[in-house]
Amino acid sequence: MKAYLILEDGSVYEGKSIGAVRDCTCEIVFNTSTVGYVETLSDPSYYGQGVVLTYPIIGSYGVNLSDMESERIWAKCLIVRELSEAASNFRMEITLSDYLCRYGVTGIEGIDTRALARKLRDKGSMAGFVTTSYFELDEVLGKLKEYKSKNAVKAVTSVSPRHIEGDGKKVAVLDCGVKNSVLDKLSERGLDITVYPAVTSAEEILSGNIDGIIISNGPGNPEENAELIETVKKLYEKDIPMMGLELGHELLALATESATVKMERGHRGSNYPVKFIEKNKVYITSQNHGYVVDKVSDKAEVICYNINDSSVEGLRYKGKNVVSYQFAPGAETSFIFDEFVSMMGGSENA
Amino acid sequence: MPKKADVKKVLVIGSGPIIIGQAAEFDYAGTQACRTLKEEGMEVVLMNSNPATIMTDKDIADKVYIEPLTIETLKKVIIKERPDSILPTLGGQTGLNLAMEIAETGFLEEYGVKLLGTTPETIRMAEDRQGFKDAMEDIGQPCIASKVVETYADGLAFAYEIGFPVIIRPAYTLGGTGGGIANNEEEFAQIAPHGIRLSRVGQILVEKCIAGWKEIEFEAMRDSSGSAITICSMENLDPVGVHTGDSIVVAPAQTLATKEFNMLREAALKIINKLGVEGGCNIQFALEPNSFEYAVIEVNPRLSRSSALASKATGYPIAKVATRIAMGYTLDEIKNAVTGKTYAGFEPTIDYIVAKFPKWPFDKFVTAERKLGTQMKATGEVMSIGTCFESALLKAVRSLELNLFALDLPQYQSFSKEMLYEELKKIDDMRLFVVAQALLRGITIDEIYDITKIDRWFLTKIKSIVDLGVELKKGNLTPELLEKAKIYGYPDKVIGEYVGMDAKAVKEMRKANSIMPAYKMVDTCAAEFEAITPYYYSCYGSENESTGETQEGKKKIMVLGSGPIRIGQGIEFDYCSVHCVWALKSLGYETIIVNNNPETVSTDFDIADKLYFEPLTPEDVENIVDLEQPYGAIVQFGGQTAIKLTKALKEMGVKILGTKAEDVDRAEDRELFDEILEAHNIPRPAGRTVFTCEEAIAAANEIGYPVLVRPSYVLGGQGMEIAYNDRDITVYMEIINRSVQEHPILVDKYVIGKEVEVDAVCDGENILIPGIMEHVERTGVHSGDSISVYPTQTISQKDIDTIIDYTEKLAKALNVVGLINIQFIVAPDGVYIIEVNPRSSRTVPYISKVTNVPIVKLAVRAMMGEKLLDMGYGIGLNPAADYVAVKMPVFSFEKLHDVDTSLGPEMKSTGEVLGIAPTFHEALYKSFVGSNMKIPTEGNLLITVRDTDKEEVCTLAREFEKHGFRIYATGGTCQYLIENGVNAKKVNKIAEGAPDILDFISGGGCDLVINTPTRGRQHNRDGFKIRRTSVERSIPCLTSLDTAKALLASIEQKTAGEVGIVDISTL
Repeated sequence: MKAYLILEDGSVYEGKSIGAVRDCTCEIVFNTSTVGYVETLSDPSYYGQGVVLTYPIIGSYGVNLSDMESERIWAKCLIVRELSEAASNFRMEITLSDYLCRYGVTGIEGIDTRALARKLRDKGSMAGFVTTSYFELDEVLGKLKEYKSKNAVKAVTSVSPRHIEGDGKKVAVLDCGVKNSVLDKLSERGLDITVYPAVTSAEEILSGNIDGIIISNGPGNPEENAELIETVKKLYEKDIPMMGLELGHELLALATESATVKMERGHRGSNYPVKFIEKNKVYITSQNHGYVVDKVSDKAEVICYNINDSSVEGLRYKGKNVVSYQFAPGAETSFIFDEFVSMMGGSENA
Repeated sequence: MPKKADVKKVLVIGSGPIIIGQAAEFDYAGTQACRTLKEEGMEVVLMNSNPATIMTDKDIADKVYIEPLTIETLKKVIIKERPDSILPTLGGQTGLNLAMEIAETGFLEEYGVKLLGTTPETIRMAEDRQGFKDAMEDIGQPCIASKVVETYADGLAFAYEIGFPVIIRPAYTLGGTGGGIANNEEEFAQIAPHGIRLSRVGQILVEKCIAGWKEIEFEAMRDSSGSAITICSMENLDPVGVHTGDSIVVAPAQTLATKEFNMLREAALKIINKLGVEGGCNIQFALEPNSFEYAVIEVNPRLSRSSALASKATGYPIAKVATRIAMGYTLDEIKNAVTGKTYAGFEPTIDYIVAKFPKWPFDKFVTAERKLGTQMKATGEVMSIGTCFESALLKAVRSLELNLFALDLPQYQSFSKEMLYEELKKIDDMRLFVVAQALLRGITIDEIYDITKIDRWFLTKIKSIVDLGVELKKGNLTPELLEKAKIYGYPDKVIGEYVGMDAKAVKEMRKANSIMPAYKMVDTCAAEFEAITPYYYSCYGSENESTGETQEGKKKIMVLGSGPIRIGQGIEFDYCSVHCVWALKSLGYETIIVNNNPETVSTDFDIADKLYFEPLTPEDVENIVDLEQPYGAIVQFGGQTAIKLTKALKEMGVKILGTKAEDVDRAEDRELFDEILEAHNIPRPAGRTVFTCEEAIAAANEIGYPVLVRPSYVLGGQGMEIAYNDRDITVYMEIINRSVQEHPILVDKYVIGKEVEVDAVCDGENILIPGIMEHVERTGVHSGDSISVYPTQTISQKDIDTIIDYTEKLAKALNVVGLINIQFIVAPDGVYIIEVNPRSSRTVPYISKVTNVPIVKLAVRAMMGEKLLDMGYGIGLNPAADYVAVKMPVFSFEKLHDVDTSLGPEMKSTGEVLGIAPTFHEALYKSFVGSNMKIPTEGNLLITVRDTDKEEVCTLAREFEKHGFRIYATGGTCQYLIENGVNAKKVNKIAEGAPDILDFISGGGCDLVINTPTRGRQHNRDGFKIRRTSVERSIPCLTSLDTAKALLASIEQKTAGEVGIVDISTL
């Protein structure tokens, strides 16, 4: 079945429908990683977005459901050049096509994703409409102009707290759309974790007699989370070790008089070089953010930055046991969890 | 970290002659390194024995020593030049071994020289099998059960301990020389002793065989601060068991899910950190297909063939960055030259798929063992880029120049299913095509997987290629189907054949339906940043990014490259192509290069103004022409690959710059050429043009045996043989006709004499001959396999005058504008022409360097309308130099089993070295040393020659005897020698019982063999076995008496003492 992608600037791309057949309106962003589609689609940070993958052959290793970053797909639409019919991997449970259908997510293949990425690069991310039916361009464009993704964190956060037992320090995770891989990294270190919905009050979180707090990753514009920022501010004022990750990093910044700004095209991929000033070393990181901390208040200092565009990648809060990072911690940068454990006074291999 | 302040003068060691396992990739790496060092203001001293390289040009380095890569020479260079540093990691295993060897002597401390980049400790840790295993154990990286042994008995005991099959790998060798898989004790006995002998340290590794696992490679880069990135992942389509140099490889890895991918990537980074590499590094893994179990196979702490591939596959200039790191910079300080915005610490990502396909010499060595294993056999490779696997694979296949454009080969169509099952079990160069045929015939993916262990993903994709072929064969070509076929990479020609249409009609249909190729940029970042590199590949169904605009006020010229390195068409043609581009640029032209070889300098993105990484076929080239509309094209420098495109380019309406296409034809067409010769009264050996075997026999009988038989339009004497009788002709014609011949076959009288070769520049009016070269071996040995001497040593002035006269006449008669290469026979009764090539030749780089005449540049200037008289290099024969340069061929016989090593009219060498000195004998000696021959000064000489050579060999034997050699010979030869006063001892022939001649050679008692072959390709002859046994024991075996005489002269030189070094930039 033919499918169309219409962008805010009026350009129309024709392709073939994949996954569930449904119309959708979303913000179109591109990701340059060559692997990781299962994780990307289920990462709550992609909530509401149409993800263009620049690697042209997608689906080659099928889908293993246990690799998912959450319990469902959060991206709204998948845009690829070729959905590989060939799929092979010893852990594969279903194909990528089945994966999309299972979670009712639509997609489009046969798109020149490089051309699309070039457009998004030059014009910034745009709203897009994907449909398999006849459409009036003007009407669609009108809708796209008005499109705005709202209340993203509320949409992805958990409804009730959950507890992941461990015999180490007690950590509260403020779930703005937390990924399983983050929880796994905490668990690997033996921590006793309680995941709180983003709407939880600071008081409730603090009542749990905790040793440390993680403000998790999540989707959307950080500024729209006024209440959440208040919560973070209250938590910050306590002398509890705290680490903000991705959106959590932005929220911490907003809670402490720093400012964030929407980036022209965001960072989405797995190849971003981050220089740690004190270590004098560059680490490659995965990233997925459209907003960035641009003005750092005197409460914090920059501890790492992106060597390409010098953007802020990490802050340490003066006189506090608080740090935050813009990137998604991966294997190479998992030392930040060890450092967090140390901050809480625990041994790194508890 | 800023640049190291104490580095001012750097010595770069190259990789020596091209051999299997070490090809043009190190010219690419070395050239990029030298250019980078110069950009940083360093004084560069270069040492490499290979004169065909770009790095040995004096505009690449400040001081250039084309000298043997030995410790003695290296010490001399250091003493003379006093460099403060050596950059050892860009010259392949050869350069690295040399640097390591000298580091071990303490000589470097004495002269205050440091090694830049990766330290000797690191190299030792990575290269020493046990040291490496221990290091991997330290960081929890699994290795394969293995043990380093120095004796056969220890090895065998360990093999029984871990169980067969086992893999045997000699320590410190390249391309897996001397290694192999042993399935049982018998095979172990065949491989292990050979491996121990070939290792520099007399060690082999015996390891558990994990054939069938996935083979994955990572290319990584690390700086002195410890920052490390991976540049590219690569996956071998062929599972573990086939040397990665002989595997079809794709980038990025295709069948790894995120978990495995990250696991191996992390392992690669841990390894590079543990080793402390400062620069580039290649890490190979084996991954069990049904679990997370993996093992580290090998680590190369230097630039390698894979780095060249990764560099071209991603656009990331690995050699440049590695050089800057060696100089002290860190990844966050080095700008990415591709984007101009990002830094070298930004890990490249790609938005296309790359396929690498090996180029094997089996089309040339038809008798060679085609089985692939741990011993690399490919001489070169092609790379292709596509937006889907199907197109990348099909593009790669047609880039090989095997006349293959699809996967269904006619030769397998007649195979029954049973036969195909059997064929699938063979691991050889044809496996991909057998798999395709099997899929076409309904053998299932699972069945094929069970036999081949090629991942189902690849098999499914190959199936989709053949399935589309089946669809096309139904004959109903809709625009949708046509577009799909183009997206899959099928050429018009094949689509036409399948649907029953003319290729032109297919093109028309494409045009009518706007199914046209688009060109995408290779930019290291998947479009995230705007890039400034002009590096493109084609695909269908896409937006075009290459505008085809011409730079203002400039004319645009397309230079056609020479494709994969193969025997007969090597790195020399890349040298010429690159110099052509540089010459055009200096004349103010805009340049476009089209090529498909990832190992070369020409495919670096900063050589031409635009690089199209594409197959060199008429259709692929035409698409570029349609877009770029070049002012003209140059085909003279890209070897036969480019010449073959002349006709097609003309049909596209592209102006061929320099010698016209019709004139090229007149040189290649037998009858037209004969007319020219006759008109100018120039003699050539009598000859005929034939098509069939019967015609060939008739022609040979008319001319009289012996005759030379060969196809026209070939390079490197492909399929050329000397025939002594009708039966020989029948055999050769059968071999020649195995591949489709579009052109006739030539039968020529074989005239015996001295062979002389000339390269000349012609502007249409005058010629300039930089120098005349004389071959040491008499006619009958291919010019590429002959020892070539400049200036001539034994040719009379009268004959030289005749040669100049003939050259001038031919150049003018053929209206040559640019280069011409002519081969002559100087026979007692006068000078004959053997061959004329109105194009650049194999000898151009070497003769340019030793005569100081920039031949390619002058040729290009002539092609662009300038006159030789205005160029300042004179006309006629350039005065001969007062030194002598000897070009020595280098062979890769050790790696190719079942190939006869005897020299003949068919070219067999893979590379060359140069010896340069004030006297012929010193130059000759140096070239022998450079070619890695262990020159014996005494010991046992075994002689076994054909009857016609007996008289001549007698004199030679006496000379060797004088030098203290003991002479051994078989029956007839022995008797003849004794009768003529040589104190020869008899050795049994093979049929005469043990110990026979092979035992004599194998037993270690033999230091040198002189064997002249009896006729024919028959392998069961004793001569073949003698030659092979010698090669496998690394005993020099000379198959031409002329070479033997030359060696004798060198032995005298060796004993005479001190040898000097020459900086060619001062010539």
